[in-house]
Amino acid sequence: MPAVQETIDRVKLIDVDQYKYGFETTIEMEKAPKGLSEDIVRFISKKKDEPEWMTEWRLDAYRRWLTMREPRWARVQYPPIDYDELYYYAAPKGMTGPTSIDELDPEILKTYEKLGIPLREVEMLEGIQRPNVAVDAVFDSVSVATTFKAELAKAGVIFMPISEAIREHPELVRKYLGSVVPVTDNFFATLNSAVFSDGSFVYVPPGVRCPMELSTYFRINERNTGQFERTLIIADKGSYVSYLEGCTAPRRDENQLHAAVVELIALDDAEIKYSTVQNWYPGDSEGKGGIFNFVTKRGDCRGRNSVITWTQVETGSAITWKYPSCILRGDGSRGEFYSIAISNGRQQVDSGTKMIHLGKNTTSRVISKGIAAGKSDNTYRGLVSAHRRATGARNFTNCDSLLIGNQCGAHTVPYLESNNSTAVFEHEATTSKISEDQMFYCMQRGLGEEEAVALIVNGFVKDVLQQLPMEFAVEAQKLISISLEGSVG
Amino acid sequence: MADITIMKTPAETGLAQLFESLKGSLPGDLSVRETAMAGFAERGLPHRRIEEFKYTDLRALLREAAPFAEKPGSAELAVAFNHAKAFTGLAAARLTIVNGHVATELSEATAFPAGVEVASMNEALARGHALLGWLGAVEAARGNPVYELNTAFMADGAVIRIPAGTAVEQPLHLRFVNSGSQAFATATRVLVVVEEGASVTVLESHEGPDGLACQPNDVIEFVVGDRARVRHVRLNAEGRDALALSTLTARLGAEVSFNTINVVSGAQVSRHQVFVTFAGENSTARIDGANLLRGRQHADATLLVDHAVPHCTSRELYKTVIDDEATGIFQGKIIVRPDAQKTDGGMKSDALLLSERATMNNKPELEIFADDVVCGHGATCGALDEDLLFYLRSRGLPAAEAESLLLQAFLGQAVETVENEAVHDALVEVVEGWLQARH
Repeated sequence: MPAVQETIDRVKLIDVDQYKYGFETTIEMEKAPKGLSEDIVRFISKKKDEPEWMTEWRLDAYRRWLTMREPRWARVQYPPIDYDELYYYAAPKGMTGPTSIDELDPEILKTYEKLGIPLREVEMLEGIQRPNVAVDAVFDSVSVATTFKAELAKAGVIFMPISEAIREHPELVRKYLGSVVPVTDNFFATLNSAVFSDGSFVYVPPGVRCPMELSTYFRINERNTGQFERTLIIADKGSYVSYLEGCTAPRRDENQLHAAVVELIALDDAEIKYSTVQNWYPGDSEGKGGIFNFVTKRGDCRGRNSVITWTQVETGSAITWKYPSCILRGDGSRGEFYSIAISNGRQQVDSGTKMIHLGKNTTSRVISKGIAAGKSDNTYRGLVSAHRRATGARNFTNCDSLLIGNQCGAHTVPYLESNNSTAVFEHEATTSKISEDQMFYCMQRGLGEEEAVALIVNGFVKDVLQQLPMEFAVEAQKLISISLEGSVG
Repeated sequence: MADITIMKTPAETGLAQLFESLKGSLPGDLSVRETAMAGFAERGLPHRRIEEFKYTDLRALLREAAPFAEKPGSAELAVAFNHAKAFTGLAAARLTIVNGHVATELSEATAFPAGVEVASMNEALARGHALLGWLGAVEAARGNPVYELNTAFMADGAVIRIPAGTAVEQPLHLRFVNSGSQAFATATRVLVVVEEGASVTVLESHEGPDGLACQPNDVIEFVVGDRARVRHVRLNAEGRDALALSTLTARLGAEVSFNTINVVSGAQVSRHQVFVTFAGENSTARIDGANLLRGRQHADATLLVDHAVPHCTSRELYKTVIDDEATGIFQGKIIVRPDAQKTDGGMKSDALLLSERATMNNKPELEIFADDVVCGHGATCGALDEDLLFYLRSRGLPAAEAESLLLQAFLGQAVETVENEAVHDALVEVVEGWLQARH
């Protein structure tokens, strides 16, 4: 079945030439010299006032990176990246870390206002309905503001830029950094380990339910720079945290590199909810410009009965290469992945997840919806594996794709590897899952066939979107009416 | 990853040497073989870093290249005949191929229906048979290393032509038997050209004794004309120590009905590759399989279905039962080309793991470039349902019997698509035999 008109119109609204966040902020920046060398790595480390062990850690990563090759297995094509032509550090002049809001350059403040990200705590408190969100705003290579730090500290939650955490909580950072995504995990993760500049650090102490949503807003502004942020979230025993991430960049003719690493660690009975609305500049309709989004995101359910949920809405980036994964190490732990990826213009998306079942009675659920329009390519690539010891592991995967027009492509590459007879894996497509009973019920209530299908499938999509925290509801609303009728496998 | 200089494995070196020593004696156009060998030599044996061979690392599995088998003498043929058990009770026209060479003595060629042309591939190659132009008709197979090796070494097999409009009632049985005590390799090629409006059932059986480390590499190629109908059943009952590589290619014209099923119970390591291309509209293809694995068996089923034209339907159903420490692999890929609108593709792979150390790797892949299509894929993997077992046992069935019944039902779904009743029953017998040997 072809896509219904409503869906086509909706997707058009978020087409590449409709990109709203393409403006540029003119501000004096301070950059590291162009290119990458040990000196640059030392320069970044020095800028961040890092201890010796951190500098060594970075240098080690850099040396290993030199011996690695860029991965080429993903279904994306792009011109070779000249790593010597990039700037690896760019910060608004005079800034090395967050200051108070009043000292912040008004231009930056304006930028975030324009993007709809509140940086003033008072403003946020005005609305009674709206729950508080603590924001860490990262502007190119530095974190420019972190809100609600004091209030969070009362609950014992540490929420700060990672560069600050390295100085203030070295014991925590040292213990967990690189423990989920090892330095040599892959080309881009290793590059990130060498040159990462900022990002967020979250530690939620045992038994604490984080009193508000935490969020980081990433903005690339400077030309020719790459953004390499690093996020580390640790939920100690029995704690809960919900974290949101948003990203935008100016409209430019050149491609910019974004290679982030996100590590999540959930200890016994802890739960981490990680949501992303990725809206990097996707390039124009001819495929000129746009962000190369090469991201390594991985969560480690280290403790018993821990839960990690990834939710992502992907509409931006010229190229997306990202596989938020869960290592289900603790017995009874659960991993979830909900994704909606929409590609337009000449965007290329190769995304999915990995659910690695190591512990007993671990469960995972993967729901992925890919929508391709224009001349884009949208690939779901996912791995579900059960280790020998993962008795009672359970996975359900559902990935649908929808094509709009005949110049785009939708691809599904699932890998299911089971080494345990008691592990139960199911991988299916929705189109075959609408039961005749449901259809019959709707139709005998007077709905046409198409309406009935739309109703049932939309109900299902809403399920995914409901996983998003309320703060993202507005953005998600735009997508809610996208019907997946006509979806294929 | 730094650049690694690839060392040639002993098997790769061995294959190159074998080719040098054999190339003078192999029939037909040498340049085709040389091109294929050059292609193979460039890339070597596929290993796990090559996506299509991710789960079947031939570089590790094929340690040594065995010499190619000589044409067997009459004493050897008599021994070989004892190993040929599959489909024997069935009325069929038979062509027997022993150790990769056609054995006319053991064939019932007289039984071939009027009009059906059968020639040995050896002769066909030597004389330049008119139909040889159809070899390699499916482009996707050509770069495949297993197929390339077959092209380089193919020594015998058959060329079969079913003339336009001929409905062949009796199945044609291609009986492959391996026999001997020393390790050897074979490379056979069968070309079946089914002309417009013709219909035929082709059976293939591959057998050999346990303890014989043979390395067969068999290719069967179907070229199916418009409105033709083909049923193909393949049974791999090789001995326990065989490393069996096989490829099926099919190029389907318009309004064709093509069914193929591969049942695997034998061989230590097997890999069956299927490449189907729709070249005409309104055709239907079924690609099924049942893999019965135990011990340390390793069975790989790799399918590539290419919907190059609109309005075609394909169904793939694979059932894998894995016991002991065996490994099952299913890699299916459906490609829907940009203009192939109204394609209907459905792929499913179900696996039952009967023992704790069993492994299943599933990779049902879709690659879609057309927007008005229905494509689905499913994969499941797990143990026998406790509730079902309980139900049967509460009705008084012993555990072993209850299990067998459920397994029969599970495998039956794949086998039941075989319409020829006698052939269907023969396959059910294979399943039952396998289940009986379990206890």
